[in-house]
Amino acid sequence: MENITQFTGALTINHYLFLSSVLFSIGVMGVLLRRNFIIIFMCVELMLNAVNILLAAFSRYNGNQSGQVFVFFIMVVAAAEVAVGLAILVMIFRNIRTTDINALKNLKW
Amino acid sequence: MEKFAWLIPALPLIGFLFSIFFGKKVSKIVVASVASIFVLIPFVITVAIFIPFISVAEAEAIRIPLLEWINIGKLTVNYSIQLDQLSLMMMLVITGVGFLIHLYSAGYMHDDEGFHRFFAYLNLFIFFMLVLVMGSNFLMLFIGWEGVGLCSYLLIGFWYKNMDYNKAANKAFIMNRIGDLGLLLGIFLIYLRFSSFEYSRIAYEAIDIAIGDPIITSITILLFIGAIGKSAQLPLFTWLPDAMAGPTPVSALIHAATMVTAGVYLIIRTNILFTLAPFTQEIIMFVGLATALFAATIGLKQNDIKKVLAYSTVSQLGYMFFALGLGAYTAAYFHLFTHAFFKALLFLGSGSVIHAMSGEQDLRKMGGLKKALPITHATFLIGTIAIAGLPPLAGFFSKDQILASAFAHHPVLWILGVLGALMTAFYMFRLYYLAFHGSFRGTHEQEHHLHESPKTMTVPLVILAVMSVIAGFVNVPEVLGGGHWLDNFFTPLLAGTTLILEENVHEHLSYTVEYILMGSSVLAVLAVIFYARIRYKNNGHVPAEDSEPMSFLERLLSKKYYVDELYDGIVSNPVVKGAGLLYNYIEVNFIDRIVNGVGQLVVLSSRTARFMQTGNVGFYIFAMVIGALVILAANTFLH
Amino acid sequence: MLTIAFYILSALTISSALMVLFSKSPIYSVLWLVICFFSITGHYILLDAHFLAIVNLIVYAGAIMVLFLYVIMLMNLNKESEPQKPVWLKFASVITGCLLMIVLAGALKGYSELPPAAIAEDFGTAKGVGKVLFTEFLMPFEVASILFITAMVGAVILAKKHVND
Repeated sequence: MENITQFTGALTINHYLFLSSVLFSIGVMGVLLRRNFIIIFMCVELMLNAVNILLAAFSRYNGNQSGQVFVFFIMVVAAAEVAVGLAILVMIFRNIRTTDINALKNLKW
Repeated sequence: MEKFAWLIPALPLIGFLFSIFFGKKVSKIVVASVASIFVLIPFVITVAIFIPFISVAEAEAIRIPLLEWINIGKLTVNYSIQLDQLSLMMMLVITGVGFLIHLYSAGYMHDDEGFHRFFAYLNLFIFFMLVLVMGSNFLMLFIGWEGVGLCSYLLIGFWYKNMDYNKAANKAFIMNRIGDLGLLLGIFLIYLRFSSFEYSRIAYEAIDIAIGDPIITSITILLFIGAIGKSAQLPLFTWLPDAMAGPTPVSALIHAATMVTAGVYLIIRTNILFTLAPFTQEIIMFVGLATALFAATIGLKQNDIKKVLAYSTVSQLGYMFFALGLGAYTAAYFHLFTHAFFKALLFLGSGSVIHAMSGEQDLRKMGGLKKALPITHATFLIGTIAIAGLPPLAGFFSKDQILASAFAHHPVLWILGVLGALMTAFYMFRLYYLAFHGSFRGTHEQEHHLHESPKTMTVPLVILAVMSVIAGFVNVPEVLGGGHWLDNFFTPLLAGTTLILEENVHEHLSYTVEYILMGSSVLAVLAVIFYARIRYKNNGHVPAEDSEPMSFLERLLSKKYYVDELYDGIVSNPVVKGAGLLYNYIEVNFIDRIVNGVGQLVVLSSRTARFMQTGNVGFYIFAMVIGALVILAANTFLH
Repeated sequence: MLTIAFYILSALTISSALMVLFSKSPIYSVLWLVICFFSITGHYILLDAHFLAIVNLIVYAGAIMVLFLYVIMLMNLNKESEPQKPVWLKFASVITGCLLMIVLAGALKGYSELPPAAIAEDFGTAKGVGKVLFTEFLMPFEVASILFITAMVGAVILAKKHVND
C-alpha cells in the first residue's frame, strides 16, 4: 500500500481526540447501563479500542512508530485477557446459572 | 598499672552477668568463688595502683578516659575514670570489705535457694558503687548513685516472698528517690553554672568565685538533700532501720560500709563548693549533729540486735556529716574509713549470732553466748570497743578528730558530740552484755543448735577485727606523736578549700587542750561502759517484753519517736488517698470515658460506613467511574 | 477528501457502538461490535497504520469476537431475559458517561493544531513496525509469548469441568 502522505485538510489531532473520548464514554456508559456481564465485557473491549485509536493517531502525528508498537501490545494483552476473562465468566455462569451481575452479592455486608 | 583500671568495675559486672545467667546451672561453690574472685582481683589491682600512688607526695589525680558517651553540640560527656586520693581509698574499702563480705555470704546464705541471685546482686552492687566513686564527672556519679539504690532495693527485698520485706525495700527506694531529686537538680545547676560535669573543671573554676555566692549555695543545698536521702540523715532516715529486713551481709555491705557513705563521698568530692557556701555548712552541721543524737537516743531502747546496729549506723553517719559541716573533711573521711571496718564487723558478727540462734534476732532471747561462740564473741567485743571510741582502736582516733574540730568551732558542740559518743558506748555495750553475757534466755531447741559459725564466716570477722584495731593508725594526730598520714595524703584533694579559706583550716588547738579533751572523753566513756556492765552483765535489767507497761519516755524511744507514723500520716496516707480520689473521679469518669468513647466512635462509624459494601458489582463500577471523573475534573479544571 | 472519509467512518463507529449498548439480544450486540471494529480498522488505514489495521481485523474482529460468540452460544443467551436496571440508575449512568466525555474533551482540548509530522517511507507497514518491534521492543515481544502461554493454560484450567472425586 502506498503511504497516503498527502494529509492536508482540516484533519488535526483534535478530531481523533474527540472521537476517542466519545467512544470511551460510550464504553463507560455501557458498563454502567447493562446487567449482562458479557455485554459489560464487550464494552470494556470498546474502551480499549478507543485508546488504541488515540495511540495510533498520536503515533501518526508525531512520526514515531513506537505508538503503533504500543497498540500492538495492547491488542496482545487484550486478547489474552479476553481468553482468561471469558473462561472465568463461563465458570461463574456454571455456578449461578444466570448472566446477571447483581447475582454476585456475596461481598455484601 | 593504670591501664588495668577499667577492669576494676568491669569484673564485678561480668560476675553479675555470669551469676544471673549461669548461676542456676553451676554449683553453689562455683557461684560463690566466681563472685568473690571477681571482687578480689579488683582489690588487688587497686592495691597495685595505690602503692605507687602514695609514694609520690601530693600526687595529681590520674584521669583515664574510657568511652565516648554523649556528644551533642557543646556538651561532651565521656565515661572516664578519675583515680585520686579519695577515689582510691574508697575503692580499697569497697573492694576489700566487699570481698570479705562475699566470703562471709558464701557461708551465711549457704542454705538459701536464691544463692546465685544473691551473689549476682552483690556483684552488681560492687560494680555500681565502683562506678560511683571512680567516675570523673557528675553523670557517672549519678549512674552509680542510682545503681546502688537499685541494688539496695533488690537486696533488701531479697526474700521477696515476704510482703513486709518488699515494703521495706520500697520504702528505701522511694526515700532515696526523694533525695535523688535534690541531687539531680544540683547537677543540673552545676551544669548551668560551670558548663561542664567534670570535677576537674569545677575545681578549677570555683576558686575564683566569691564566698556566699547564691548559686553555689543553692547547688550545695541540693547536693546535700541528695546526701540526706542516700546517707539516712534527718529527716530521710527511717528507711535504714527497715532495711534490716535484708540478709545480714547486705546490711553490712550496703547499709554500713559503702552505699550510705556515698553522701559523704559526694560532699568531700565537691568540698570546694561547700567551702564557698558557709550557710549550707551550718545546715549540714546541725543536721548531722541532730541525726547523731536523735538516732542514738532511739538506739538505747531497741531490742532487735540489727535495729540497734542500724540506729548506730545512722548515728555514726550523723557524726560524719557533723564533721563535714565543720569543714573537717579529712576527719569525716577518716571516720567513714574506720566505721566501715568496725560496723561491717559488728553486722557480720550479729549475723553470726543470728545464724547460731537459728534466726532469732531479739536480744531478750539471747544471753551467755560467750561460751558457744568464742570467735564471734572476741571479734564482736573488739568491734564494740572500737565503736565506743577507746584507744588505741580505730574508732578513738577518728571520733576524736571530729570532736577536736567541734571544740575548735564551739565548746558546746563538743559537749553534744561527747554526749552522743557516751550514748553510743552505752547502747553498744548494752547490746554486747545482753547478747553474750548472763544466762541463756532462749528456747531449748535454740540452745541445742548453738554452734560457732563455719570458717568462711569467721575468717572475715577476724580480718575485720584486725582492721578495726589498726585502721586508726593511718591518721594519728601530732599531739600523740603521730604523723597524721591521712591529713597529708588528702592535701591535694582539699587544695581548693585551703586556698579559699586562706587562714588555717584547722585552728590548731594547743596540745594541752587536746589532751584534756581526749582524756575527759575517754574517761567518760569508760564510766558509761562500767555502768552498762553493772546494769546488764548478769541478767539484770533485761528489757521487758513488749506487753509490759512502759513509761512515756520508754515508749517514745522504743517506738522511735513515732516518726514512721508521722510520715505515714503526713505524707503516705494523703498521697494514697489523693491517688484514690484521682482514680475514682478523674480516671474512671473522665479519662476512661474518653478512651472508651473513641473506641465506640470507631465502631459506630464503621457500622455506618459498612453500608457502602453492597456487594453489587455494578455499584462498585459506578463508584469507580465517579471517582475517576472527580479526579480528572479536579486535575483539569483546578490547576 | 480524507476529512469526509474520517467523518463517515466516525459516524459508523459511534453509531455501531451505541447499538452495541442498546441491542436487546446479546448476539446482536456482538455483531454490532464487529461492525464497530471494522470501522476502527478503517480509521487505522486513514492513519497510515496499515499493519495495525490488518492485525486489528484478524485479532479483534476475527478471533476475539468469535470467542464472544462461542461463549454466548454456550450459554444459550438468545433471548434477552435480563432484568433491567431501575430507570433512575440508567439516567445516572448516561449522565455520568456524558460528564466523562465532557471532562475528557476539556482535559485534552487545546492540544497543538500542528499538521502531522513527516513520516518515513515504511511508516506503519509490516516492515516498518517489524523493524521497531524486533529491535527496540524485542524483550516485551518475547515476554508477550510467555503471557500467551499463561493465558492459554489459565483459560483451559479455569474452564475445565471439574469431575467430582
